[in-house]
Amino acid sequence: MNSLAASPAPVHRSSGLRPRKSPVLTIILWMLLAYFMLPLCWLAVNATKSNVDLFGTFGLAFAPSFALFDNIGQLFAFQGGIYLRWFANTILYAVVGAGGAALIAAMGGYALAKFDFHGRKAVLAIVLGATAVPGTALAVPTYMLFTRWGLINTELAVIIPALVSPFGLFLMLVYAQDAVPDSMIEAARIDGAGEARIFWTIALPLMAPGFVTVLLFQLVATWNNYFLPLIVLNQSDKFPLTVGLSLWNKLANAGGVNLAQPLYPLVITGSLLAVLPLLVAFVFLQKYWQSGIAAGGVKE
Amino acid sequence: MTRLSAKTRATPTAYLFLTPFIVVFAISIVVPLGYALWISFFRKQMIGGTVFVGFGNYLRALGDALLHDAVLRVIVFLLLQVPIMLGIAMFVALAIDSGRLAGSRIVRIGLFLPYAVPAVVAALMWGYIFGSQFGLAGQLFGSLGLPTPDFLGPNLMLASVGNVVTWSFVGYNMLIFYAALRSIPTDIYEAAAIDGANEWHKAWFIKLPALRPALVLAVIFSVIGSLQLFNEPSILGQLRPSVVTTSWTPNLYAYNLSFTGGQTNYAAAVAMLLGGFTVVVAYVVQLGAMKRGRLL
Repeated sequence: MNSLAASPAPVHRSSGLRPRKSPVLTIILWMLLAYFMLPLCWLAVNATKSNVDLFGTFGLAFAPSFALFDNIGQLFAFQGGIYLRWFANTILYAVVGAGGAALIAAMGGYALAKFDFHGRKAVLAIVLGATAVPGTALAVPTYMLFTRWGLINTELAVIIPALVSPFGLFLMLVYAQDAVPDSMIEAARIDGAGEARIFWTIALPLMAPGFVTVLLFQLVATWNNYFLPLIVLNQSDKFPLTVGLSLWNKLANAGGVNLAQPLYPLVITGSLLAVLPLLVAFVFLQKYWQSGIAAGGVKE
Repeated sequence: MTRLSAKTRATPTAYLFLTPFIVVFAISIVVPLGYALWISFFRKQMIGGTVFVGFGNYLRALGDALLHDAVLRVIVFLLLQVPIMLGIAMFVALAIDSGRLAGSRIVRIGLFLPYAVPAVVAALMWGYIFGSQFGLAGQLFGSLGLPTPDFLGPNLMLASVGNVVTWSFVGYNMLIFYAALRSIPTDIYEAAAIDGANEWHKAWFIKLPALRPALVLAVIFSVIGSLQLFNEPSILGQLRPSVVTTSWTPNLYAYNLSFTGGQTNYAAAVAMLLGGFTVVVAYVVQLGAMKRGRLL
């Protein structure tokens, strides 16, 4: 593994001459950007519309009446406020899953980087090999085993698999190799510090940038997960947002329009609120995902 | 790096630090995989309960026309969607790296943002835009006086799924390529400039070769993703259930066999076959890339 791989700042080319901007290239790329922004803009615009306006007005224009807060009110009230429950579940799964995954990966990566022990190479080989195993192959047996272990319909059924991040383990391994000097560990040992204390007070702070990267990517993975919770949960009060919204969409398409409560505005408003936290996090935590991708891409 | 010399040897501390990872890894991956393999050799029967059938389920899967269609569909998908997605991603990465783009920071962030959007929401948004009820696509075609193509119909559904997946992952792959481009040392360009190379020469002889490892990685991830296709078709399928059948992709097929068909053992065999097939394809991609590398 290349030791440069995880250096957070890639080599920047700052040689004097700056090329002229190309109008053609700029126009092409901005059109592409518009295409990528289109669905999100559509979502934001239509979350402000009542059901009648949703069907009756042009998709990218605001309707005369602004119904966003109406929609949010109905969204939070529908079916006894289950949307808020889904939101809280999602936060729980994502925060515990991602926080736990990052910590577990940091501990494991540190052990693999800074200790030499029997089976070290075997662990690396098995974890690397497992990254090639498709999640599909795991879904059915996971369901059956979790049923047997009494985990179906519990928070743990979603959280335990979210704690595994092979990518995180490798990233933390590289970070520990590069960012934690052996001499510092040795000095702390000579001073009589215990191994756990060395990890917490010396190694972990030095590995912080990598830790945040793993946290962020696992947060996205867990927040956005659909397949696993769909399989291991069957009571709606345990659902995360993805499974809940999909359920409502199914209901809306199956003639939910005839229900007293029109469902499409709820699904649209609910989707908007569900994506906002991560979009905001990504805009503000740019340096972390960029360094994470740089490390992942250069890794092999 | 002299990392081995200073390392502490064979200490129980190392095992303690590694234990949490090993435990969750075993529970979530190793044990389920072993269990899937085990149950794939059995079959539930009306009379006689669960019986050992050896490779019976696998033989059945190999001759299953529904599975053949599903596998064929995702292969067509991957042959079309992956080149388009990675092509766009590479074009954008090269454009940003060339420094000739105004507002490149915004383009970079904007294209990556869809990665943070759940596949469920991505498919919902595009599904509504393409849908027949309040679809933006229909409104646009209508205002031009043109008939609206049935984006969610049998002919265009696969393309619509491809559109959603492309939308979600172009930015991610673009950033992988961009990171690889940024890691090219400056002096190579300076040497090339002295030799009289223009921008095209630089792109062809320096940048593209430098992108190779990142490209191989992106292809492998994309192949794995394509063969496992589930979220996008299952959400778009809610809008048009008649098009996305229960065996539309291998993953949908395994899911439906198990959760609505009650054929868990057979589903496990299908999943294992699909898993094995994916690993083989990913391996072939990597081998091909290595071989090509030596020839060049």
